[in-house]
Amino acid sequence: MILQIFDWVLLPVIVALAWRSLNDRDLFRAVIKFIALGLLLAVAWVRLRAPDVALAEAAVGSGLTGALILSALVRMRRREQAATSEATGGIEVMRRVSIGILSLALFAALCWAVVALPARPTGLTEASLARLSESGVTNPVTAVLLNYRGYDTLLEVGVLLLAIIGVWSLRRGELPAADLSDRPLLLSLLRVVLPVLVLAAGYMLWIGAFAPGGAFQGGALLGGALVLLMLGGLARRVVNRSRLLRAGLVLGVLVFAMVCAITLLLTGGFLQYPSGSGGAWIMVIESAALISIGLTLGLLYLGGRPTGGQGDSADRSSSDHA
Amino acid sequence: MSVLDVLTGLLLTAAVFFFVAGTVGLLRFPDIYSRLHALTKADNVGVGLTVLALMLQAENGSEIFKLGLIWVLVLVASATVSFLIGNEAYRRGQKPWTRGTP
Amino acid sequence: MSVLYISVAVALLLTIVLSLGYVFRQPGRADSLLAALLFGSTGVPLVLVLGRGLGLARALDIALVFALLAAVLGVAFVLRGWPDDDSKEDLQP
Repeated sequence: MILQIFDWVLLPVIVALAWRSLNDRDLFRAVIKFIALGLLLAVAWVRLRAPDVALAEAAVGSGLTGALILSALVRMRRREQAATSEATGGIEVMRRVSIGILSLALFAALCWAVVALPARPTGLTEASLARLSESGVTNPVTAVLLNYRGYDTLLEVGVLLLAIIGVWSLRRGELPAADLSDRPLLLSLLRVVLPVLVLAAGYMLWIGAFAPGGAFQGGALLGGALVLLMLGGLARRVVNRSRLLRAGLVLGVLVFAMVCAITLLLTGGFLQYPSGSGGAWIMVIESAALISIGLTLGLLYLGGRPTGGQGDSADRSSSDHA
Repeated sequence: MSVLDVLTGLLLTAAVFFFVAGTVGLLRFPDIYSRLHALTKADNVGVGLTVLALMLQAENGSEIFKLGLIWVLVLVASATVSFLIGNEAYRRGQKPWTRGTP
Repeated sequence: MSVLYISVAVALLLTIVLSLGYVFRQPGRADSLLAALLFGSTGVPLVLVLGRGLGLARALDIALVFALLAAVLGVAFVLRGWPDDDSKEDLQP
């Protein structure tokens, strides 16, 4: 009963926030509303008892995406002052009306589809749960991601690689210059939060085998750590190690592909793990993916090719004592 | 209803009170600095009380540890972010409200 | 007991809604940065209490991730997103 009150408060707020974030004239505030929307959606997932999705939504959906959109916004530098014509004339009205009708039709179709869902799931839930013990992990979501539907995850990691290649091809990124000298608190924050971020990333990786977690969420945390480093002006060393960076970015896809090839040799099936060793293979793939995803998300925040990193031959920063 | 449950209930009620106080402060205070005060201080006390309440109900040591970690993180993050906001606002010339300003 | 937790969750949700509504109604942009503060300090206990009320075992991990990312986002917003000039605030969406 009290839960219904919760739902009835949450739902209109989500809808209203979504509407307002689309409609706000000030793009900066629209971005903040978008992030708020993402976090409330994560709360909604918690309410629906879907911790894996809640984790993914909080980490990737609103956390990193929000930072990325913000960084893009800052770079826009208010170039666009071009006035779009306001609703003038019949054509404009017709356009808006037809878009409105299409959207309503889509919405109605979605509602009908949701209402027509069977009360009990009749999909593959039972089949996938039945074979869970053979999959190598005990978290059903991880089993789906990395065993039953491993190809999809391989392609997802590949898409991330494509994204960073695309961004790097387009422009050079600039490291934000943060002045740490009169912001001592920021340094303290970094000192506390960065280690926890890295630890939490590893924790997500490890726990993904038997509880909500996994490489994507851990990668988002690692990406967040990289973003923090950049914001604090401490990332120059990291970003200049071009070859190491590229190796890290490619690692996920590379390892995933190698595992595909090896399993092909061992069992005759692409990504068909030899029985009993599924867990080990999954851990190998996820570890590599963690590094790649973290690097990718963090470097996407940079917004382009790191400057000054045309290969490591000119060893400007003397040997890395770190 | 054990003693622990009653205690948890009391702590949570106090936490809600502080959160509400923070929001009231946010809505009613006249300038950004005082609003920062309201938001950060009241909400942090609320977080602390909530964490304490949940610690009493925790099942094992690792839950208590995680709760404590979350608490420290929220504390550090909100303190720093509120400082940064206030710092920037001051740098940009935002003047604090003084009595007599409309 | 779960009624208690969910009620607290409702209360927290309402404070978030009210605060967000207020922050976004303000004309200036500086106040919307307060929203960045809000996520961490009120969103995290919301997830904690809600998870406990629903009996969700891994809510703690979700709250941990929330807290960490709220820290990252908060810093990112405050350092990089400050309005330069109030008159140039309006961008065509």
